[in-house]
Amino acid sequence: MSTRQDKRIVKSQVKSTCDRTAAPNEISRRDFVQMLGAGLLIAVSAPVVSAQRGGRGGGGGRARSISARLHVGIDGTISVMTGKIEQGQGARAEITAAAAEELGVAASRLNLIMGDTSLVPDDGPTVGSMTTPLTIPPVRQAAAAARTLLIGLAAQKWGVDRAALQVSDGKITHAASNRTLTYADLARTEDLPKAFAQAAPADVTVRVVKDWKVLGTPLPRPNGRDLVTGAHRFPSDIIRPGMLYGKVLRAPAYGVKLISVDLAPAKAMKDVVVVQEGSFVGVAARTTLVAERAIEEIAKTAQWETSPQPSSTEIFGYLKRRAQNQPANPFADELAKAAKVLKATYNVAYIQHTPMETRSAVAEWADGKLTVWTGTQNPFGWHSQLVQAFGLATDAVRLLVPDFGGGFGGKSQGEVHVEAARLAKAAGKPVCVKWTRAEEFTWAYFRPAAVIEIEAGLDPKGVLTSWHFVNINAGSPGIETPYRAGRAQSRSVNTNSPLRQGSYRALASTGNNFARECFMDELAAAAGADPLEFRLAHLDNPRIRAVLEAATQRFDWKNRVERKSPTVGVGLACGTEKNSVVAACAEIALDEAGKMTVCRVCEAFECGKILNPVNLMSQVQGCIIMGMGAALREEMRFANGKILNASFGSYEVPRFDDVPELDIQLLDRPDMNAVGGGETPIIAIAPAIANAVYHATGKRVRALPIKVPV
Amino acid sequence: MDATITFTVNGQPRTVTTDPQRRLLDVLREDLQLTGTKYGCGDGYCGACTVLIDGKRERACHLPVTAADKRDILTIEGLCQGDKLHPVQEAFMAENAFQCGYCTPGMIMSTVALLKEKPNPSEAQIREWMNGHLCRCCGYPKILNAVRRAAQARR
Repeated sequence: MSTRQDKRIVKSQVKSTCDRTAAPNEISRRDFVQMLGAGLLIAVSAPVVSAQRGGRGGGGGRARSISARLHVGIDGTISVMTGKIEQGQGARAEITAAAAEELGVAASRLNLIMGDTSLVPDDGPTVGSMTTPLTIPPVRQAAAAARTLLIGLAAQKWGVDRAALQVSDGKITHAASNRTLTYADLARTEDLPKAFAQAAPADVTVRVVKDWKVLGTPLPRPNGRDLVTGAHRFPSDIIRPGMLYGKVLRAPAYGVKLISVDLAPAKAMKDVVVVQEGSFVGVAARTTLVAERAIEEIAKTAQWETSPQPSSTEIFGYLKRRAQNQPANPFADELAKAAKVLKATYNVAYIQHTPMETRSAVAEWADGKLTVWTGTQNPFGWHSQLVQAFGLATDAVRLLVPDFGGGFGGKSQGEVHVEAARLAKAAGKPVCVKWTRAEEFTWAYFRPAAVIEIEAGLDPKGVLTSWHFVNINAGSPGIETPYRAGRAQSRSVNTNSPLRQGSYRALASTGNNFARECFMDELAAAAGADPLEFRLAHLDNPRIRAVLEAATQRFDWKNRVERKSPTVGVGLACGTEKNSVVAACAEIALDEAGKMTVCRVCEAFECGKILNPVNLMSQVQGCIIMGMGAALREEMRFANGKILNASFGSYEVPRFDDVPELDIQLLDRPDMNAVGGGETPIIAIAPAIANAVYHATGKRVRALPIKVPV
Repeated sequence: MDATITFTVNGQPRTVTTDPQRRLLDVLREDLQLTGTKYGCGDGYCGACTVLIDGKRERACHLPVTAADKRDILTIEGLCQGDKLHPVQEAFMAENAFQCGYCTPGMIMSTVALLKEKPNPSEAQIREWMNGHLCRCCGYPKILNAVRRAAQARR
């Protein structure tokens, strides 16, 4: 192959990962490596990460011993590959910055390939704030190894000491002899690939924080221009030649089974493909409208077997009655000695993620191989599901994840990829399945509802002597109290959720922190203490203390809490999760009808060393406002298994007119490792608002969403 | 019975012969491959599908394509002048006013319409005008900054 040809191929391969015109399955990982043979390939051993947090998967590389991580093209293009995906949380900028930092090049020089199972290493699902602590390190390690090797090669070529060389923006310079070599020059050397196809040494040195030039500085979304021009192809924007639009028959409610269906009316429609495989019934047609009509024709004939299902009005009793192994409070002795004993139950409603882009997938079959474009937080998991569903070889399936329109934990599981592939197989043409908003509201999964029971005792001095906390249904994240409490036990117990449920931004720590922080306010009142003083008196964690002090100082808590008004209230809350810490103060106003407005929020957040301040600010702002939705209004209503508010008209998420005055402090800790920042900032806002309602009304809030007591 | 729609889309005359009950959104995306205009809810609650028709903002998700007949449609793809971004697009870039970016085309088109109608909008007018748009990343503070910046740039 001539250099000219190589250059063309390299460019086309790199582009193809996000270009909708790319032919499916035209590149396998092996092809990719072979095609890029004239370039430089660095393979790095990814650390083996055990499954964490209840089997939610690792964040920095599975047990694959060798993974190709980055590539230097002979045209100077540098590609970095990751199994992480971009859903708006900022991984694209952050991983790009990490690689650029260690390679010694500008971030704009890098092309980050994300979530394409044929090209990238499996970095685990994009969940649990794990990209920053578990994927950034191996990316930096690989990039640093590449830089070290490149310098070594230049030194060897020139016969000089590597210490005499300097690197700047992808150019290696030997000042004494005034010679330079670019990374691209080195990539053009024919014997390089073999020389460099080796594991990165585990002890490679990465740049220390004080030397950072890219990391730690604001890096905007690298493909931001494509977002503002409409050029970016989200998964639901992928168009393939001859593509059809698919629809799938949905049950009218939870707990309903399909008995029979008559496909004839739909089959009689022109150019409509109809598929039934067991309980799966779907159609594909040349337009969305025809597909909708066809599935409606089928739905009219469907016979369903129903079973009694609970309703949202009775859900908390339903969950509690079915709770398994509810632990009794083991601290009866402490409670008997306590000066005061408090007990309260908090309820948290099911809510929906409602990402702006509903679930979608485009599937295409060619020569027995399957290519799927979809929006998922779990590319390799969904890839495996396709392999299993269709009995294919692993390398016969390629799953691509274009940057997609929001997930918030809601796109870790799903079936849209399998639905599209089934329809495409039957149709013999590519098929796009895009869920409607009503489908998303009903059949995507929900943040679990919770019943949380807490009991605690205080001694005569207002010191916590025992703490017993039980979460029914929602799970254990964030369940351990950060407060000193004599004896403490916190447990999560399972029950039978009547609705589909799964991960949601910060998981159960939202509900657990809501209940704990509201109850801490109740305890403070019982102890006759200020909520801030009561917390500080029981708080050893210096990081939580620091954010709590930062937020309350900015809010002027000590003066504000003294001013009592039935129409204005202030509240605070703090917490820790995923090794980051947060505190929030909120001011609310109540009108005569009891309608609440959140006027001002001061939040302080700390997640170690800040990698990208502009993105972290977006994440914190987004968390606060998203958290206000669950605090103020969001709850799934359902009756006998049927979702009643599957629309943005009846399920009201935050809008522009909800946005309060926001005063956010991001505390930077250059002395600490960076951890994720996309989840924990959500956990303090709901309890801060609830405590503000108490401050104004004197009545406790014990449920989300908050109903202002009248 | 198919209908023939003749309209101008992003300055180009276009003719589409199709089922008259199809939504403008679907025709833009499926027939003209203009996928910058997004489906968000199909009910007019989220604004992701916002386009300009004869300079006024409309929700393409619940307009039948026939409503666009003989009219002038502007979508997000028609906003650039060659490689040069529209000032509203520049403002969104400058303020990093997107997270996932899925709502962004609708937000931008609505801002363009706002500044045509009210070149000097007050804070209250901005919020009221934009309130029909949802951003589930809840990136509202930076979107508000972008709208303010775009308005400022016109002054």
